[in-house]
Amino acid sequence: MLEKALEGSKKYWAWLILLSALASVGFYFYLQQYAYGLGLTGMHRDVSWGLYIGQFTFLVGVAASAVMLVIPYYLHDFKKFGKIVILGEFLAIAAVLMCMLFIMADMGQPGRFMNIMLHPSPQSVMFWDFLVLAGYLALNAVIGWVTLGADRKGMPPPTWIKPFIYLSIPWAISIHTVTAFLYAGLPGRHFWLTAIMAARFLASAFAGGPALLLMLALIVRKLTKFDPGKEPIQALAKIVTYAMFANVFFLALEFFTAFYSQIPGHMHAFDHLYAHSATPLVPMMWVSTAFALISLGMLFFPAIRKNETTLVMACIMLFTSLWIDKGFGLVIGGFVPNPFDEVHEYWPTLPEGIITVGIWAIGFLVLTMLYKVAISVREQTAGVEIDH
Amino acid sequence: MSMKRRDFLKIAGISSILSVGAKIAEATHPAWVTGPDPKQLVPNKQALSAKRWAMIVDMTKFKTEADTLKVIDACHRAHNVPDFRTPDGKVDKKLEVKWIWQAGFERAFPGQDNKYMSEHLKDMPFMVLCNHCDNPPCVRVCPTQATYKLKNGITMQDMHRCIGCRFCMAGCPYGARSFNWVDPRKAANLDVKRGGKLNNEYPQRTKGVVEKCTFCTERLQIGKMPACVEAAPKGALLFGDLEDQNSEIRKIITTRYTIRRKPDLGTGPAIYYLIGGSDHA
Repeated sequence: MLEKALEGSKKYWAWLILLSALASVGFYFYLQQYAYGLGLTGMHRDVSWGLYIGQFTFLVGVAASAVMLVIPYYLHDFKKFGKIVILGEFLAIAAVLMCMLFIMADMGQPGRFMNIMLHPSPQSVMFWDFLVLAGYLALNAVIGWVTLGADRKGMPPPTWIKPFIYLSIPWAISIHTVTAFLYAGLPGRHFWLTAIMAARFLASAFAGGPALLLMLALIVRKLTKFDPGKEPIQALAKIVTYAMFANVFFLALEFFTAFYSQIPGHMHAFDHLYAHSATPLVPMMWVSTAFALISLGMLFFPAIRKNETTLVMACIMLFTSLWIDKGFGLVIGGFVPNPFDEVHEYWPTLPEGIITVGIWAIGFLVLTMLYKVAISVREQTAGVEIDH
Repeated sequence: MSMKRRDFLKIAGISSILSVGAKIAEATHPAWVTGPDPKQLVPNKQALSAKRWAMIVDMTKFKTEADTLKVIDACHRAHNVPDFRTPDGKVDKKLEVKWIWQAGFERAFPGQDNKYMSEHLKDMPFMVLCNHCDNPPCVRVCPTQATYKLKNGITMQDMHRCIGCRFCMAGCPYGARSFNWVDPRKAANLDVKRGGKLNNEYPQRTKGVVEKCTFCTERLQIGKMPACVEAAPKGALLFGDLEDQNSEIRKIITTRYTIRRKPDLGTGPAIYYLIGGSDHA
């Protein structure tokens, strides 16, 4: 099936070349960072994680969100998702891959990576995060490939794949829960030390991931003969709406606890993010807040949600809002102020930004090729509905 | 007891195979497989040992800023800690690495200050360093056990195993850990080409690893007190065994009022601060 990724129109190749070029520039700057050290980034001893770990955290959510298609389709027999469930699974593969690349980009000694396996440390959340992410990548690769391969032959997928599909559901929840535990179990980091961190992560993932998938499905429909159909898009939109309600609610709970209790440590990070930072963080957080509320308002009204143009606008705002909140603000909020109550600002450097864009480009490169394979198979079997 | 010829040959054969096997094992298995030679494991008789090393910082003994700077300098020199400076000579906050430094009261003990407290106390240069916690979060979160606990209470770390994930820096509530954002030998004080000096008694580091105070484990092993204790004014930094009822630090902690940084987090810090201007504080 892989050969399908190697044939395509001029536009397809132009897109791949563009992504490869971005990835190459990113890789060039990564080599600079590799030679010079992480001093090339904006991080310092007080804000020791930054853009890379933020992107990692955000993308774990995107990866986990595939479960929002798998659950309705495989557990509730919601047949309408039959065509696009593969898009979710392949998005998960690309997202986990990006997660791993961001971790590698963030490591001080990437060559010692295997030490995690050589000295397994079950008391470390990072050890578990590594295990569940690798497992999730394998699960989605196997499930996606086997079900698509069966589709191509016009056969239902083999029964042995079913247990793997069911396993992928709790597994998806686990990757984001464990990622939240990276933050939520650290003493002295008030912004992160919250019992609803994992719940917040899952809510934002199940809003942001399906929103991205919805936009991807519409792009695919525009560019190819593959039509996911109107109903699955609307079903996705409803999932996004519910999850976004939960996400905004959870964030409001954090605000309440911090500002009603008036405990300084709990308020400091919010003050910094939303009011006091001298970096563009403050306007960014307010854009995130505004986009969250506007997109939620738009999604709430069926008339706006059912119009695909306004739906896409809402999804773009929602995705941007969550990216700022989780891919950037969340990490910085935990580190500022530092354990001495001092404010040492962080802002990413240009090379750091370029490396980040490069990794996203690699992710989209892989995603495009995987989608090309899936869509080519679907185009061949167009009109034939296979019962899974 | 008689033995059949056949059995004798069997036993002889097996034992010769085993002895040859042992010889091969000896020849082919380097020390990292067979373990170190026990002869090399005899501890240094001069080594200082304790059940639980701990430190008292007596703030009444630090008179001037020069006193604290001397302590910092002694530690950082002994451990090849890079001193990165910006072109105008200030500490480069972007690359900074530090093992021991000074912080004002409201910085070292956030939330315990009040607006009426004396300027004297507010401005005291508290020596802050790794707390060598009883229950260290950094050890808990490390995915490679590159940072670990010694039996004597010291939180140690293996800078050659560290993968540079910096989870320990997020985990430490005392900001005690530093990362080598660039090659530490690029700092003027360590760059031999620019007149820097390296202490060849202590390992150098590569970029991309985390480091912090080790209570001078390497000095204790040869019978020396930590470098900071030696450089501090007499009695300003007291180092000893907390589990020994007769140790000086134990007696002081039992009889006088000491405070620790963020004890409410359950980390069990082993650095105690004496603040009072008089003994009945």
